[in-house]
Order: sequence, then C-alpha cells, then structure tokens
Amino acid sequence: MISMEPQVTIARRIARELQSGMLVNLGIGIPTLVAKYLSPDVQVFFQSENGLIGTGAPPEEGLAHPALTDAAGHPVTALPGASTFDSAMSFGLIRGGHVDLTVLGGLQVDQGGHLANWMIPGKLVPGMGGAMDLVTGAKRVIVAMQHAAKGASKFVGSCTLPVTSTRRVDLVVTELAVIGFSEEHPILLERAPGISVAQILEKTEARLMVPQDVPEMTL
Amino acid sequence: MIPDGASLMIGGFMAVGSPTRIIQEIVRQNKRNLTVIANDTAVPGVGIGSLVSAKLVNKLIVSHIGLNPETQRQMMDGNLDVELVPQGTLVERIRAGGCGLGGVLTRTGIGTQVEQGKSRIEIAGTSYLLETALQADFALIHAFLADHTGNLTYALTARNFNPIMAMSGHTVIASADNVVPVGVISPDHVVTPAPLVDFLVGNP
Repeated sequence: MISMEPQVTIARRIARELQSGMLVNLGIGIPTLVAKYLSPDVQVFFQSENGLIGTGAPPEEGLAHPALTDAAGHPVTALPGASTFDSAMSFGLIRGGHVDLTVLGGLQVDQGGHLANWMIPGKLVPGMGGAMDLVTGAKRVIVAMQHAAKGASKFVGSCTLPVTSTRRVDLVVTELAVIGFSEEHPILLERAPGISVAQILEKTEARLMVPQDVPEMTL
Repeated sequence: MIPDGASLMIGGFMAVGSPTRIIQEIVRQNKRNLTVIANDTAVPGVGIGSLVSAKLVNKLIVSHIGLNPETQRQMMDGNLDVELVPQGTLVERIRAGGCGLGGVLTRTGIGTQVEQGKSRIEIAGTSYLLETALQADFALIHAFLADHTGNLTYALTARNFNPIMAMSGHTVIASADNVVPVGVISPDHVVTPAPLVDFLVGNP
C-alpha cells in the first residue's frame, strides 16, 4: 500500500474522471489539487468563475499578474487559447449547462446524494459563492471530501446542514472510497488501496449498497 | 457626492478589479450607514473589506464572505445585515436592474434556504425561483483603460461584476489604471460605452 495524504488520494482519483475537451470548474480546497494530477495526455479547459477559461498553474514567483486570479483570489496563469469575460457570462456558462464537470468540496453528502457545503449555522457562514449555481447547472458534479471529520462521518443518512441544491450529485470521492448513486441508493464503487469494505462501512453513516466485487481505485 | 446611507454597487472579486482609490476616499470621508452590493468583502482592510473594517456598512448583499472574518463577526454580533445570494443569481439580479427587467427566473436555490420568501414559477414543467432586480444609487467600478469620453475596457479577471454594475447604478463612477486619448480603444473593444459613465477618476 502506498501511503498518501488523504487529499492527494482524492485529487488523483478525481483527475482520472477528466477527459480531453471538457470544460471543468474546480472549487476551492481539495478540488483545486485535481489539476496538479491530471495526465499530460488529457487536455481540458479549466474555468474560474471570476471570469476565465484556460486557467493554468500558479505563476512562478515574481510573475504574478495582479489582474489574473482564480476564484479564491490566488494568482494563476492563462494558457494559450484562454478567454476572459464578465460574471454574467461566467454564470451563464455554469447555469446554462455548458460546464461539463464541476468538482466541489463538501461538508456533508447524504444518502439521497444531496450536498451541503456552504454554511454551518451559528458557526461558519462563508456564503455559497458560486456553489449553488455549479451544482444546479453543471452536467456532472463530483464531490471531493474527506470521509469523516473529527470522528463523524461526512457521508450521512440525511444532511443536518443546509443543502446547496436539491440536485443529486453524481460521484463522491473520499480518501477511502468512490461512491456513486443509482435511482434509490448510494453504491460503493471503489475502495482505496489497502482499505477494506468493512473499514469503509465503519466510517459511513449513510446506508451503502455494496456490490459483490468492489475493486481498488486506480490512482 | 456620495451621502451617508447611500446604496453602492462595487465591482471586484476578492478585491481584484475593485475601485480601490474610490473606496479609500469613502473611508477617508467616513461615509456611514452604507448598503453595499458586491460579490464579496475581500479580506479585512482590503478593497471592500476596508469599508467593513471601518464599520461604514450596515447592509450587505453578497455571495461570499468566507475570507473576511471581520464581516462574519459583525454579522454574528448583529451589527451588519448580510443577505447571501448565489453568485450567478446576484449578477443576474444586478444585470436585470440595469436592463429594465423586473427580475429573473433561475433554478438555483430551489429547495434550499435561498428559496425562503420567494415565489416559485413553473415554466414547461420546470420550477424556477423569481429573483428580483437590484439597483443602487451609485455603481463604483474599475477599468483597465478609460478614454476621455468614458469608454471602458477591462483587464483579465478584473472585469467580473464591473461592466454589469455600470448598467445598474443611477450614478456611475469609474476609476481606471490608465486614461487614454479617444480612439485608443477601438469601438470593437469598448466593453462599457461612454454614456454609461458619469464620472471618471484617473490614476495620478
């Protein structure tokens, strides 16, 4: 078993979901890491919702442009063929179904595939930013999150935190498992290298369907 | 020019593309009880964050305050009224306000806390939320190039909310990195046409 930081396992697995030609929006946090583990054979367009398609890696030290940032306000580069536009266009792309895939962080996902990722009432109220539009409008939604936080499963029976959308997400990737959804149930699709099904179920509050064969993730 | 109690739309995304000099002047003049409509409040003391840190704002309509703990603190203490709006809905409400529309219909927010107090409208079997238009007394925006008539172009991701807000402020005050002679910005490259801009603040 290769020992790997949880966020690296998650980002590397999700990177394998990206296909050439896709328009992809990566959220803040673990999702941002996905770009780092993308195979050089795969050419996608990354969108930053502050108004950029063709987002590239962070610039080398000293080469940051003050008017070229990602949605977290961090300096980025623009790849050849990049384009910039205003926020109405940017969210038209998102809501209008032009974004093929979004990867977002999560506080909770429940059995029905609902994502909660924008506030913890009374504690942390960052606001939804672009997350509600992304979950509503992107063709495919992947959640990147750690399986549990402070001992509590983040994959729950029913979200106790305010949901981001009533739309069911398509895939959840944690450092332990890949989980998809059928019409009625979440299904355990893959397990992390060296992790057993029993270990996953122990850390999962939601009721998971477990097929006879659950293959290991390819990273 | 801007009185106490004014409503302000302010461009920028995490302070990138915010009219920093205009904001600094409002802080210097200590204008109070402001309503601010913007994407975010940046970080404490920076861009729109400097209005919040100086306690000049009593109502905010924004999509994200996660990187400004001072905004969150004033909100939790009950000193700052914050309406959180999904970013795509926020920009469309502002666009509607400047385009003569009463509002927009969006699927974003259906079935979430954002739906509270709003009408649901069904069109061809799909439910939408009715989100009403926003206008403000002033739009404070920032451009890369401005010519002497007030035509504006923007740089890279510093464009964001600026050209949308230029349509929906009753008085539009723009600052620019560079003020250039008429003709430098070709008609095809003008993003905000001159008649929309009431006042231009150059870069000394």
